[in-house]
Amino acid sequence: MADRDGQANGSVRAEHPLVADRLVGLDHQIASGKPSVAAGWDLPADLDKDPAVIPQLADVRVPPELLAEIEYRMSLYPDPRSAVLPALKIAQRHHGYLSTLAMLQVAAVMKVTPAYLSSIASFYDMLNEEPLGRHYIYVCTSVSCHLSNAKRIYDAIVEAAEKLDLGDTDIRAFECLGACDMQPMASVDGRYVGPLKPSDAPEIVLALREGRVPLPGRGLDDPDHMPAGAGDPPPQDEAK
Amino acid sequence: MKAPPLRLLEDIDEPGLHLLEVYERRGGYSSLRKALTELDQDEVLQRISDSEIRGRGGAGFPMGMKAGFVPKGDMDKYLICNADESEPGAFKDRVLIQKNPHLLVEGCIIGARAIGANQAFIYIRGEYAHQADILERAVAEAYTAGYLGKDILEIGFDLELVVHRGAGAYICGEEMALLDSLEGKRGNPRLKPPFPANAGVYQGPTLLNNVETLCNVPLIVGLGAEEFRKLGTEQSIGTKVVSVSGNVQRPGNYEVPMGTTVREIIYDLAGGPPEGREIKCFFPGGSSAPVLTGDEGLDLRYDFETMAQAGSMLGSGSMIVVDDSQPLVPLALRLAEFYRHESCGKCVPCREGTNWTVKMLERIDSGEATPMDFELLVQVQTNILGNCLCVLGDSMAMPVGSMLAKFRHEFERHAAEARARNEGALVEQSAPELAAAPSIGPA
Ligand SMILES: Cc1cc2nc3c(=O)[nH]c(=O)nc-3n(C[C@H](O)[C@H](O)[C@H](O)COP(=O)(O)O)c2cc1C
Ligand code: FES
Repeated sequence: MADRDGQANGSVRAEHPLVADRLVGLDHQIASGKPSVAAGWDLPADLDKDPAVIPQLADVRVPPELLAEIEYRMSLYPDPRSAVLPALKIAQRHHGYLSTLAMLQVAAVMKVTPAYLSSIASFYDMLNEEPLGRHYIYVCTSVSCHLSNAKRIYDAIVEAAEKLDLGDTDIRAFECLGACDMQPMASVDGRYVGPLKPSDAPEIVLALREGRVPLPGRGLDDPDHMPAGAGDPPPQDEAK
Repeated sequence: MKAPPLRLLEDIDEPGLHLLEVYERRGGYSSLRKALTELDQDEVLQRISDSEIRGRGGAGFPMGMKAGFVPKGDMDKYLICNADESEPGAFKDRVLIQKNPHLLVEGCIIGARAIGANQAFIYIRGEYAHQADILERAVAEAYTAGYLGKDILEIGFDLELVVHRGAGAYICGEEMALLDSLEGKRGNPRLKPPFPANAGVYQGPTLLNNVETLCNVPLIVGLGAEEFRKLGTEQSIGTKVVSVSGNVQRPGNYEVPMGTTVREIIYDLAGGPPEGREIKCFFPGGSSAPVLTGDEGLDLRYDFETMAQAGSMLGSGSMIVVDDSQPLVPLALRLAEFYRHESCGKCVPCREGTNWTVKMLERIDSGEATPMDFELLVQVQTNILGNCLCVLGDSMAMPVGSMLAKFRHEFERHAAEARARNEGALVEQSAPELAAAPSIGPA
């Protein structure tokens, strides 16, 4: 993104009075942290620039294990393009997020443009083009969890993470994770825990910071957590 | 209520059921043997058709009919299992996959055999990482045992099965969007027709079914269509795994014969609302279904036809119960926010409609709504319905529209109370001496 903005500012287009005016507006919006649209969306295409090209595998250094894993995935489908999602996920795991380099590597292996991959990455919630952290806590605040006060769990976790200085973690209010039987719940790096109380928040954060499994015995897959068809009652809220 | 007979969940608590060895010990893969060695391809299809099983993924379309649309003959055909389960309130497929993955694998193989497909995919939502691991292990076991791969059971039938993980997009559960996503594109729904049975993934004929639908297939083959039809109602055959959540004492998955009453499901099985609470309304078929009030719905039979007659739908079979302590405006807002976030943006009525619905509900919630907002909110819902490539927008318009129709007074009261609070706060801020006067102080 940064180079695109820089280029727009220095180009002839930016000097056009109308365009320059709009750029001022955009700068302001960006400064306020809330651009309503992507910067430069209304600028004409730069016809002098080369169209996006598919990077050549010979020009991009792709770590061998990444290459092997992506190529294996591609071999599973009648059309190798189907492996875009698995490939992006493999790269994301490898790099922590879908950095420019990660995109370039996947593009070179899959023979597509990085822009194509970017169009995919921006569509799916679990693919990140920005570093959001190696760990994640997705707190479900969707309908059923909402009915058992999930917002308070989310707030408590955010607060605990701030207080305990938890870094490198993407904390998000998420839509239904398909575990409403343990409402309100959260997914900590893919491990489902619940039903949660706000007072569980510090323990979750501490465990993540210290590399422990949070709330042992209360994960979905923990032995005897919840026999199918007989969930535990959700915790009754102390103060509604 | 006596314990209902179980089919899909019968063995679910058996330790190690996800392993081939235990599954086979419980009679697993015997239906596959039967389907492949005792019946020919057309007989398998006939059996599925005769069972009259309807899809469990939302639309309730008869599986046999859909499979019958797939052209016969030698060509590249595909079977896809839709395991994207992302609708708020739905979690039945998760349990089936996690606890009994081989049942699904067996169902996929028999389903593929019925239409003559040699390639199958299970599209599972990305968040179900652990479940996908379990499923992949089961698939690997099935390959080793010779139930998948080349020349299955030495009858000259080949099938490859790939578990494909999504990456967090509810829209990819919609069948046409799923096809695009599986082809490595953004998950935008395609225009129908052509339907997947004619031109699905890679433009080949494709049969696409939900997890629970396919899990029933081994039972249909094993029991025979006639025995299978003994449970359920005339138009809704078999059992249904119902995910019950929201304000109930025992949220969970409960398998019941179709036609069981809603009251039995919510009260006898799920324990009813918390002590001292009444049911205000419930979503009979996940967050996309129009709500029914407790009075309207509790004594109805839970099956496709009764729910449709009552103006709602059975959908994926997830019940979300809302008790009388819950304000509906924040609930409607959460719902609308979900659909706004998940709208793929391709069709204008859905993209703009979900966005404006959120804005208007926010205004109602914060007390900034004008009387016009209520009318407009209703109109926006009406204008989304039936006007898009897929029914994601409708899935918001139906529940929000039904809440507005049935609880309009509550929405208006909520807005009026919020407005009075705001005005009170304003007076207090700008003229504290007036605020102290009882007549104009905060309500
Ligand atoms: C927005 C949207 C989301 C959907 N999500 C799912 C889903 O997660 N799982 C599913 O089985 N069907 C889902 N469906 C329904 C599918 O489009 C399709 O009807 C179904 O998978 C067909 O399988 P069945 O005939 O076995 O029910 C969804 C539909 C829409 C419109
Ligand atoms: S609503 Fe939270 S898991 Fe379904």
